[in-house]
Amino acid sequence: MTTTVTTGQAVAARAVDVWKVYGSGEAQVIALHGVSVELERGQFTAIMGPSGSGKSTLMHTLAGLDSVTRGEIFIGDTRLTGMSDGDLTNLRRTKVGFIFQQFNLLPTLTAEENILLPLSIAGRKADPKWYETVIDTVGLRDRLKHRPSQLSGGQQQRVACARALVSRPEVIFADEPTGNLDSRSGAEVLSFLRNSVREYGQTIVMVTHDPNAASYADRVIFLADGQVVDELLAPSADAVLDKLKGLDAKVESAADASQAG
Amino acid sequence: MLRATLKSLLARKLRLILSTLAVVLSVMFVSGSLVLTDTLGRTFDNVFSNIYSYTDVQVSAKSETADAASGNSSAILPVPASDVARIEKIDGVRKATGSVFVSGARVIGKNGKVVISQSGQFGGSWTGEDELTKLISGRAPSAPDEIVINNGLAKQAKFAVGDPVDIIARAEARKTYKVVGIMQYAGNRDSMAGETTVLFTEATAQQVMLGETDVFNVIDVKGKDGVTDNQLRDNIKAALGPKYTVQTGDELSKASSEAIRGLLKYFNYFFLGFGTIALLVGVFLILNTFSIIVSQRTQELALLRAMGASRWQIIRSVLIEALLIGTVGSLFGFLVGMGLGAAGASAFTSLAKMDSAGLGLPVAAIVTSFTIGILVTMISAVLPAIKAARVAPIAAMRDAATTDKPLTGITIGGGVVTAVGVGSLSWGLAGAGDATLLLVFGGVLLTLIGVALLAPLISRPLVAGLGSVFSWSVPGKLGRRNSSRNPRRTAITAGAVMVGIAIITMISTIFSSLSTAIGESVEKDLQADLIVYGQQTSDVPPIIQPDELKQIKALPQLQTVASVTYDVVSLNGKQDFVLAYDDVPAVITVLKLHPVAGRIDHIDSGEFTVDEKTAKERKYTVGSTIQVTFAKGQTKTLTLVGITNSTSNGNGVVVSNTDAQAGFTFPQPIQALVKAKDGVAVDDAKAAVEGVLKNNPEVSVQTKKELVGSSQQQFDVALVIVQVLLFIALGISVLGVINTLLLSVIERTRELGMLRAIGLRRRQTWSMVTIESVVITLFGTVLGLVVGAGLGAATVTALKSVIGFGAVTLPWGYMIAYIIGAVIVGAVAGLIPAIRAVRLNVLNAIAYE
Repeated sequence: MTTTVTTGQAVAARAVDVWKVYGSGEAQVIALHGVSVELERGQFTAIMGPSGSGKSTLMHTLAGLDSVTRGEIFIGDTRLTGMSDGDLTNLRRTKVGFIFQQFNLLPTLTAEENILLPLSIAGRKADPKWYETVIDTVGLRDRLKHRPSQLSGGQQQRVACARALVSRPEVIFADEPTGNLDSRSGAEVLSFLRNSVREYGQTIVMVTHDPNAASYADRVIFLADGQVVDELLAPSADAVLDKLKGLDAKVESAADASQAG
Repeated sequence: MLRATLKSLLARKLRLILSTLAVVLSVMFVSGSLVLTDTLGRTFDNVFSNIYSYTDVQVSAKSETADAASGNSSAILPVPASDVARIEKIDGVRKATGSVFVSGARVIGKNGKVVISQSGQFGGSWTGEDELTKLISGRAPSAPDEIVINNGLAKQAKFAVGDPVDIIARAEARKTYKVVGIMQYAGNRDSMAGETTVLFTEATAQQVMLGETDVFNVIDVKGKDGVTDNQLRDNIKAALGPKYTVQTGDELSKASSEAIRGLLKYFNYFFLGFGTIALLVGVFLILNTFSIIVSQRTQELALLRAMGASRWQIIRSVLIEALLIGTVGSLFGFLVGMGLGAAGASAFTSLAKMDSAGLGLPVAAIVTSFTIGILVTMISAVLPAIKAARVAPIAAMRDAATTDKPLTGITIGGGVVTAVGVGSLSWGLAGAGDATLLLVFGGVLLTLIGVALLAPLISRPLVAGLGSVFSWSVPGKLGRRNSSRNPRRTAITAGAVMVGIAIITMISTIFSSLSTAIGESVEKDLQADLIVYGQQTSDVPPIIQPDELKQIKALPQLQTVASVTYDVVSLNGKQDFVLAYDDVPAVITVLKLHPVAGRIDHIDSGEFTVDEKTAKERKYTVGSTIQVTFAKGQTKTLTLVGITNSTSNGNGVVVSNTDAQAGFTFPQPIQALVKAKDGVAVDDAKAAVEGVLKNNPEVSVQTKKELVGSSQQQFDVALVIVQVLLFIALGISVLGVINTLLLSVIERTRELGMLRAIGLRRRQTWSMVTIESVVITLFGTVLGLVVGAGLGAATVTALKSVIGFGAVTLPWGYMIAYIIGAVIVGAVAGLIPAIRAVRLNVLNAIAYE
């Protein structure tokens, strides 16, 4: 396991005083309120927070899927802010992997073709040794020729994980990866993600609202009202739950206060 | 519920526009063709009611071979001038005026060419100014070489009073006349329907137009006050006997316009044929659009079901949507179609120099347009609606993806329909009398529908095969997979393309086979080096004047000159063409004829010969007799003396030259076949013959090669016209491709977002959508080429016995062009969907539900 030292070298992705504002005037919504986070290389980070806390927005901006209103985003040493669509596409090809809540596999392709899709889109070949390792880790060897419709939800999500891993990206962003799974399949996927961090040094950033899922992470960042409010290292599910309860209470009292005022 | 329907309808503007467009396009073609034919029909009616509006009763001689109602007026029978006096004595007659007015006065313009008029080239006698006719300049003709012309001709050929004008009259060779007056019809009309008219003095008209003296071809009768036209007609009929045709002005205008309407009917068939094709394509388009739309709404509908809407409510909501779209689409389609029909009609009338009757609102067009538009839309919507209503609410909410249904039912159905279609087609082509046209047309239609139903099954291997061409790139592979994703949808979209391509290919196959056959048979059967004939532009065939023929025969460069003439006769009671040769042995040489039975080397009066095939068809043997009534009225019994081999050039009954001279409307030679002496270059011989014919602008000389070329060229021109019209139908099917792809892109928004998220470039997205479009279009094109070539080949083979050509020549050039065209069209059709796919916001797309 790698260290948690936060030197420039060891940071996989970084947000510096990021603001994200939607709309203007009366309808203005500030989704991110000057967020600065550093996501360390080889760590499994979970981003948590109540609905509307800005956790998804933070992940989308970190992944280069959404622009920021102010501030800067870095993946490794690359500054994303102000990049063109073509450059962002290049970056997504080489440095970023995605796992979605809805699996998002192409129904026309087999499991194997889905896994290799990001590489073939970029016109690259998979490293055969790494590919074999990934297949074995996700345990899909006997399902490679199947279409998504012939796989269970858990299997589909494991295909999606393999797809994200196979190109060895700098960072994998996982958006509620267990949101559509039953608890057993969810646990499978999560332990698989944790293993890929522990054994292969993969950096993973996961957005979730499930404390149990967050307990698989090395570090949990808590967001509320578009700001980083807390952080927890090597969390247990109970610890996460407690923190969340505290947060909810804070948010509620703040809301009450603003209503009263 | 209604509110929910309307809200969802308005919420999806693109969907609304696309489905309405589908209806608009289909209805447009149908209403356009109906409005066009209606307007033209009324235009013709107007023309004739004008011409005969001042006629009470008209008398002419009755012809055995042709009647006015059939539009065949090649035989003009003269009425002796003494009849005028006879008629004037009949009870109720106030005045009878004999006149000459027949077609066949060909005016030679200042460029040395005959002034062309589609509506006729008339020559007649000047009967003085009356209610209908007025001189606008000059005076009436008084000398034999003086003429009055209509203002239309004067304008068209830029003639003025005092100009010399050369005319080839019906019964006179080219001669120079002098324009002394220019006339107009009532209402300041330069012509009735764009025709050219030359009016001579009475004596000249009788001589040059009828070839006799003291005869007329019509006698106009005015009744005394208080005598109705019908009474007058009956009186005259009773007095003159059965040898005369007596008609009132109303009857005449009706008969004349019916004759034109008969022609217009074919015009109508032609456009309605295209209308049907367009409609078929449109039905595909509407059906497809609605099935996609409803399947996309499955989730929404399921939600309504979960909240307590009954199945019937769901179906009703979709039906209301369809009714609204159908009504609005039909309305727009009808209006646009009316505009197109009006534009077509005004183009036609201005081309033909007629006064258009103005745009009408034919009830048939309104009823057909709305019935078709609304009905087809509702039927297209109800099937997917029933499907959607059947889905269990929760299942649909959980998974909107439409599962692959087995294709067994549709395939069996397609097989049966195809079999019925092919059966009907072969029955029709084998000859089924009056039902032939219906059987052939229905057969083609059913075959196309059947193949369209089979298309989903065929699409799997074929699309995979076509798509593999593009599989070298990842977007290519994705595009190909997308196109075989939903075989039904792909097939029905491609089906619309198929219909257009199949029909074009079928017609091209028939034409190119015909064209090749003509080339080959002329090559094989014709020994002549030169062919002298003219392109017929009116009911009067271009004639080689007898003295011209004599001069050609005297040319030292030529070895054999054989002349041919033909006419319509009544043969055993049926209208038929018969031929006559001035020099039978010469014709035998140039046409390579040989006797199959009897003797063929000479035909005397009362005898005829026939070719082998015709003899077989009509069961003639040497010694058989036929009853022939010639155009000039006499009936003769002819005996078969010999049977020749069949050739491509002039099969049928050949009568003796003596009988032809006595009985034919135009006994002069219409065609001459010329063989040059050995050692004389064909071009030299041609130049020599051209020298003789320099004063006959109607007739030209062609070498054998030129003849083949010019007859094939006619097919090419016809083919181009057909293709232009069919490409419009094809255009509609292309809109279907756009429609399908757009809806697919919307349906796959989340997928596209994911692809973009994992690194698919914009350009790659573009090519993915484009390739899907190209693959679908290509699939339809290939299917259409195969079906069309098959139908064409079947038609050619079946017609072998009828027309005498049987070798199928596939139009490879056109077929390759269609394939290249399909790729281009596919790429263009993919443009809008591709732009939409490329512009997709990745983030929204991923979040898209």
